Amino acid sequence: MIKAILVFNNHGKPRLIRFYQYFPEDMQQQIIRETFHLVSKRDDNVCNFLEGGSLIGGSDYKLIYRHYATLYFVFCVDSSESELGILDLIQVFVETLDKCFENVCELDLIFHMDKVHYILQEVVMGGMVLETNMNEIVGQVENQSRLEKSEGGLSGAPARAVSAVKNMNLPEIPRNINIGDINIKVPNLSPFV
Amino acid sequence: MALKMVKGSIDRMFDKNLQDLVRGIRNHKEDEAKYISTCIDEIKQELKQDNIAVKANAVCKLTYLQMLGYDVSWAAFNIIEVMSSSKFTYKRIGYLAASQCFHEGTDVIMLTTNQIRKDLSSPNQYDTGVALTGLSCFVTPDLARDLANDIMTLMSHTKPYIRKKAVLIMYKVFLKYPESLRPAFPRLKEKLEDPDPGVQSAAVNVICELARRNPKNYLSLAPLFFKLMTSSTNNWVLIKIIKLFGALTPLEPRLGKKLIEPLTNLIHSTSAMSLLYECVNTVIAVLISLSSGMPNHSASIQLCVQKLRILIEDSDQNLKYLGLLAMSKILKTHPKSVQSHKDLILQCLDDKDESIRLRALDLLYGMVSKKNLMEIVKKLMIHVDKAEGTTYRDELLTKIIDICSQSNYQYITNFEWYISILVELTRLEGTRHGHLIASQMLDVAIRVKAIRGFAVAQMAMLLDNAHLLAGNTQRNGICEVLYAAAWICGEFSEHLEDPLQTLEAMLRPKVTTLPGHIQAVYVQNAVKLFAAVLTRRETAGEKQAAQETTEMLIEKLPQFVQSADLEVQERASCILQLVKYIQKLQAKEVSVAEEVTALFAGELNPVAPKAQKKVPVPEGLDLDAWINEPPSESESEDEKPKAIFQEDEPKHSRPRLTELDEQELARRREARKQEQANNPFYIKSSPSPQKSYQDTPGVDHIPVVQIDLTVPLKVPGMPISDQYLKLEEERRLKQKQEKKDKKKKKKKEKHGKSRRHDSAHTESEEDIAPAQRVDIVTEEMPENALPSDEDDKDSNDPYKALDIDLDNLVSGGGAYRPLADSEKLPVRTHRPSRTEGLKSPDVDTTAEEQRPKKSKEKDKKKDKERKKSKEEKKKKKRKKSAPTEELEEEEQQHQGEQAEDKISTEDTSEAKEAKTNDVPAAVPTEQQPLEAVPLSEPESPKESEKDQEESKSSKHKKKKHKKEKEEKKSKKKRHRSENVESEAAVHNGTAEEEEEEPLPPMSNYCLLAENSYIKMVYDIQGNLQDGSQVVVSVIFENNCTDFLKSMEFNVLDSLNTRLVRPSGASVHDGIAVPFQLPPGVSNEARFVFTVQSIVMPQKLKGTLTFIVKTEDGSTHEKLDFKLHFTCTSYLITTPCYSDAFAKLLESEELKVNALKLDSINMPFHHLLAKICFHHHFSVVERIDSCASMYSRSIQGHHVCLLVKSGDNSVSIDAKCNEPSLLSHVLEEIKQTFTTAS
Repeated sequence: MIKAILVFNNHGKPRLIRFYQYFPEDMQQQIIRETFHLVSKRDDNVCNFLEGGSLIGGSDYKLIYRHYATLYFVFCVDSSESELGILDLIQVFVETLDKCFENVCELDLIFHMDKVHYILQEVVMGGMVLETNMNEIVGQVENQSRLEKSEGGLSGAPARAVSAVKNMNLPEIPRNINIGDINIKVPNLSPFV
Repeated sequence: MALKMVKGSIDRMFDKNLQDLVRGIRNHKEDEAKYISTCIDEIKQELKQDNIAVKANAVCKLTYLQMLGYDVSWAAFNIIEVMSSSKFTYKRIGYLAASQCFHEGTDVIMLTTNQIRKDLSSPNQYDTGVALTGLSCFVTPDLARDLANDIMTLMSHTKPYIRKKAVLIMYKVFLKYPESLRPAFPRLKEKLEDPDPGVQSAAVNVICELARRNPKNYLSLAPLFFKLMTSSTNNWVLIKIIKLFGALTPLEPRLGKKLIEPLTNLIHSTSAMSLLYECVNTVIAVLISLSSGMPNHSASIQLCVQKLRILIEDSDQNLKYLGLLAMSKILKTHPKSVQSHKDLILQCLDDKDESIRLRALDLLYGMVSKKNLMEIVKKLMIHVDKAEGTTYRDELLTKIIDICSQSNYQYITNFEWYISILVELTRLEGTRHGHLIASQMLDVAIRVKAIRGFAVAQMAMLLDNAHLLAGNTQRNGICEVLYAAAWICGEFSEHLEDPLQTLEAMLRPKVTTLPGHIQAVYVQNAVKLFAAVLTRRETAGEKQAAQETTEMLIEKLPQFVQSADLEVQERASCILQLVKYIQKLQAKEVSVAEEVTALFAGELNPVAPKAQKKVPVPEGLDLDAWINEPPSESESEDEKPKAIFQEDEPKHSRPRLTELDEQELARRREARKQEQANNPFYIKSSPSPQKSYQDTPGVDHIPVVQIDLTVPLKVPGMPISDQYLKLEEERRLKQKQEKKDKKKKKKKEKHGKSRRHDSAHTESEEDIAPAQRVDIVTEEMPENALPSDEDDKDSNDPYKALDIDLDNLVSGGGAYRPLADSEKLPVRTHRPSRTEGLKSPDVDTTAEEQRPKKSKEKDKKKDKERKKSKEEKKKKKRKKSAPTEELEEEEQQHQGEQAEDKISTEDTSEAKEAKTNDVPAAVPTEQQPLEAVPLSEPESPKESEKDQEESKSSKHKKKKHKKEKEEKKSKKKRHRSENVESEAAVHNGTAEEEEEEPLPPMSNYCLLAENSYIKMVYDIQGNLQDGSQVVVSVIFENNCTDFLKSMEFNVLDSLNTRLVRPSGASVHDGIAVPFQLPPGVSNEARFVFTVQSIVMPQKLKGTLTFIVKTEDGSTHEKLDFKLHFTCTSYLITTPCYSDAFAKLLESEELKVNALKLDSINMPFHHLLAKICFHHHFSVVERIDSCASMYSRSIQGHHVCLLVKSGDNSVSIDAKCNEPSLLSHVLEEIKQTFTTAS
């Protein structure tokens, strides 16, 4: 079972959190902080397994993580999961993100947290691995996006136009765009399945 | 309305969407919290609008804020609103938010039940998918119970996308609602062979999760998984299956043997490291489970170790880590195979990755031997010096101590070396483990007698240099070592060379800065040293010097007297006075040394932590005897009745009370003795001589091996542990040489080779003679102290509830055979109608299932109505048999209700709440449509109804039944009067009838069924040993002239009463009658039934099938019957004394009931005998036409009767602690006499 999936950046800012066991919000934040603390002090060339933090799980739980450019993808799993399998799963997840967002970068995750969740939902469900075949995952995600589009999407055209106008007035906007230089580099690891 | 819509969408234009919110937060880095709080205010406004799009947008933003740590549970209701939108876009947002912030404590969650059910059955697969995904995150027991059936239907959905999700979520449902496991399991098992690999993988996933927690229940799936393993190419599935096998093999070694080969093949063939690693892991598990030392498996071990070595040598740190992890598993059972890779593991100690170093350390623990301990520890000591960061260093320190002290210092051959290691460890800066080192020093010094001299010298040195330790370590606890040093020096002062010097060292002013408990030890041991000094001075005749020492003590002690620590102060003042007194004596030229030494005479021995518990109670001390007179009777009475009653101990009347107490006490004492005998913590009354502490007052009995003095007691220069290493090697070499010389072995090849090589070959563990030995005698521990300490598992473990036996379900499938009969788990009884319903739902239910899901409410109402009308029809049909049938039905209903009790109350409260919220959400389960496949006990009423429907569906059958019943009645009469069965006497429990007149012959056997071939009569007796079992004895009599064979006896179990079938048999299997019947012969067979509740009578339908062998051929025949479990059959004749009976009647717990029988014209004693015989009562007392009778149920209910005979009538007053049982028993008694007369 996967107990939690955390994605945060190099500064510990959460980009996606998904707990498969209930923790109150403050506890969740504490777990993120602790996990970040554990993970961030490790070099890139050490192993990707960590015997679990005290907050989440216990001795049975392991943190399995991967570090891509600015983002850490951390899975907290128990002993029923294969360590290497989960590493591959993280890879599948990230590659899927890359396909869905076309060269995914941290900003995509920041602004489309909901979409990232929907993608994750096709990979892991209720703490159990649902699908590992990337084409299948991407296919289902695209089908759902199409369905959403056919319904007109969440923010219909007028609202979008207005928000665009609103944004024009904000002088800060360009500054944000500059941060866009954080493409996730997907290492060429042999696909798992 | 339209206007409102327009207004809503205009408002919307100015709303922020998620992107705007994120952008805004990023633009307000300085005052993020403030910005967010304004955003939340906006969101609250948005949520108040009617437009669902606005709400969805707001909820979407809330989800983001939730990630940032904001509690958004206040919007739970709005989230539900968004979830129930008809548009997929919004629905998805709602479910996402719900999955992020809903949990079991969310109170509005119960409002979602109907919405989710609707979504689950939505024609759009993505609506269903989203609902399943969301539900998987917030499923509660209530939701699980209400939706289990819907989800189970989805497991057979046409779309694999839905199937796999439905399969996965079942695990969550099982966790929350364990009752659903059994009914869902067959279908889940089916999914293992689903054509879609995703679904298959999901099913494997779920079963693996289930099996991991309760592996024994899934053993029977092993063949199926084995097939999957050899056929599947999906690595995910393979990994899961292989992991599952790892969990199963410890339970079934034979499985392991079968696994080895395919696993080895996989190891050789696969290129996926993850799969290889899991294979190796499972092979290891298999090898562990097999009895070790099997020669043909050494190849497998070798293969594993070899593959692991490749992993460890890999440059990928992950593989290295996992390799070490798996290695440590092998280590436990096959240490030798791992030990050959010591080089690699020591190499890993130098790794830059701390996780890997820690893993390697773990491995070292198991790799030491007498031979290499010193070498390994030396390596570790180097690491200790090099280690940066206290955590890792502390870890090293504890590991060193662990390694050395493991299994009672088994691997230490030279304790001087160990002491010097400990002393060296004290030089570590900033360690937290001073206490650990101290306890090791104490332990070694006390238990290894031979080392004391050396230890004392070392400790004296430590005390001398205490400033080094105490100076910079006030905070970090290394000064604990001084505690040990002081005690050792004091206690074993006879070994000190210069006690005076040590004494002075202990009295330095600096000592007062040490923690109180250490100072206390200092003070106490200073006196011991003082005694030692005095002895030496006086034997040497230096009285002057002795007096000087006394003076010094008097001078120095006051600094301790002023201590703030109470312990120090007290000891110091006592001792100061003592020393002053000594000084006076010395002034009188009295030699005092002897007397001062006498103060500390005798040796202190180590005491095992649990020794106190093991001290036996001395002879003659009765801990249960009253110290004072027992409290007054009335008081004790207030407390007693309940306890006695619960223990099924009939109460005795007052005069016997004390006597009873004594009996009771004796009984308890006996029980306690028994318990103690079985309890390893207690010393048995006749302990083996070494174990008894009483028998062994001294220490002389401790076998101390003489020191092998090949090791010089003093090492020149500073005792550095390394020197010992060298010395040790020399010593061993010398020993070996000696041995060789003695034995004059001709193995010449050994000579001339290098020493290392030599030692590696010739030195077995036993060859290394230890320099000293540890005394282990006094530190004895009870053998199983540890397991019992660890045993207390968390009772709240959610997985415990899933420990459900699934074997019968599996074998019921028929296609798969469990491994063998012998390994099969004891089969729990089944719920026949349930499994039936799952596999082949009868016509009614399938029809309903297929019906379009319109309004559920309507359906339910209809169902109810239909049910009623059916029942009415049935009633009409039954006519005569109606009352009993009804009774049965009622009873079953009742039981179902009882089981449902809790749930239904929850439901109703739920429903109430739902009503107040004006949402028609929760519907009490009682109203659930019939189509719902019965899931478990709570739904039992439906089950029984279905049973009846089934029976009704074939009118023909029904008629037959009726006929039979009528037949039965007429036969019954006849049967009673006949004295058919000679066995009757055996079953007649009431032997104590002292009747004057001869009784008419009686039999308890009554007719079960009869046709032209066979006749069955039966009797039911309770089983006193097991309160949940009754034995049904059936006598089969061949009525025809043909040979009857292959008789199979089968009944349709009810929830309450079930036929006990041999393990492995399914609910539908009958029990073969163990004999054949030639014409005219009768024989008896017994069948055991389990019953849960005995307060109601019950009827079970059953069938006897048999083959009639005639001359022309053979025909299959069957005979239906109804087994009537009367309440009487649960009663057991139990004698009772009149005083106990009186006491029992007084107790208030008994409910009263009465019965009057008119027109009884049989002698009173006949009447009593009949009650005794047919209803298993015993006569307690009889006075004229009045008698008291007693009986007890198999579950310990007391039934008391007072039978009074008048003219032509008999009145029975009865008392019982179970009113329902009582009324039924009385009913049956009445029946007996009305039918008889």
